[in-house]
Amino acid sequence: MIVVNGEPAAELPAGITIADLIRRVAGVDPDGRGVAVAVDAVVVPRGAWTSTTVADGARVEVVGAVQGG
Amino acid sequence: MDHQLDQTTDPLQIADRVLGSRLVLGTGGFPRMETLADAVRASGTSMVTVALRRIDPETRGSLVDTLDACGVDVLPNTAGCFTARDAVLTAQLAREAFETDWIKLEVIGDERTLLPDAPELLLAAEQLVADGFTVLPYTTDDPVLSRRLEDVGCAAVMPLGSPIGSGQGILNPYNIALIVERAGVPVVLDAGVGTASDAALAMELGCDAVLCASAISRAHDPVAMARAIRAGVEGGRLAHRAGRIPRRTYAQPSTQHDGRAEFGA
Repeated sequence: MIVVNGEPAAELPAGITIADLIRRVAGVDPDGRGVAVAVDAVVVPRGAWTSTTVADGARVEVVGAVQGG
Repeated sequence: MDHQLDQTTDPLQIADRVLGSRLVLGTGGFPRMETLADAVRASGTSMVTVALRRIDPETRGSLVDTLDACGVDVLPNTAGCFTARDAVLTAQLAREAFETDWIKLEVIGDERTLLPDAPELLLAAEQLVADGFTVLPYTTDDPVLSRRLEDVGCAAVMPLGSPIGSGQGILNPYNIALIVERAGVPVVLDAGVGTASDAALAMELGCDAVLCASAISRAHDPVAMARAIRAGVEGGRLAHRAGRIPRRTYAQPSTQHDGRAEFGA
């Protein structure tokens, strides 16, 4: 099972692209600025989001901009 | 006013970027997005910090859109990182998220004081510089550490005046002055500013800029405080360039003694 931001995401099939994953779990336009993704502690460049797939068991972090000093 | 002391002829350059304002605004702590936008404009800043957290679909978008509308550069930070590894990964995420290789590097060593972890900070700075980042490290007020950070290629150093959000101002002006004296890169006073006079003091000590978040965002009237701290930064900068008089133990009259009227006994 893919784990997104620490939560198991049973609804996401193995092999899903990063772009589709972002769209489904975050409700975010994958082109949107202010979003970034790491899979198993490796950052996936924005340009590779449509071509990179997520394997079963992968731990995905999807982050976005928040206020901060 | 002497044109050479005009703010518009005194821009700040960090790395290859010229900044129109010497106040960097932290966006943390503003209660409402509208207040943040008003404070950004009132502060006159040209660069603001942002952080990255696990995405919340509910709130996503508004911050980036708001800052874009204000026309300011975004300086992402690595707030909340306790290791060089986490800070490097967060910086890499920020580079993707904001399409900038500038990073405000924070590596914290202690939750209660939020003071920097010097060895991890230096390690992360070295790795990020090697990875092509323009690194602006939040550091202690230790002059030696500041020089080490400069030596590994940081584009500026950002010593604290006092702990983050404490509002205690500059606890060790002597150290800040030492850092300024030896620095070959811009010095940005980061953390601890509580009010306008703290920002003015930082600039009078020779800092090139001030980074301020809580003092503005948590003020009773954040927009008015943004204006006040802007004025403090500008006043302090002008005073630094103008050259203050030396401190004396005793008075020195500003009016000449000769020629005063004599009224007899």
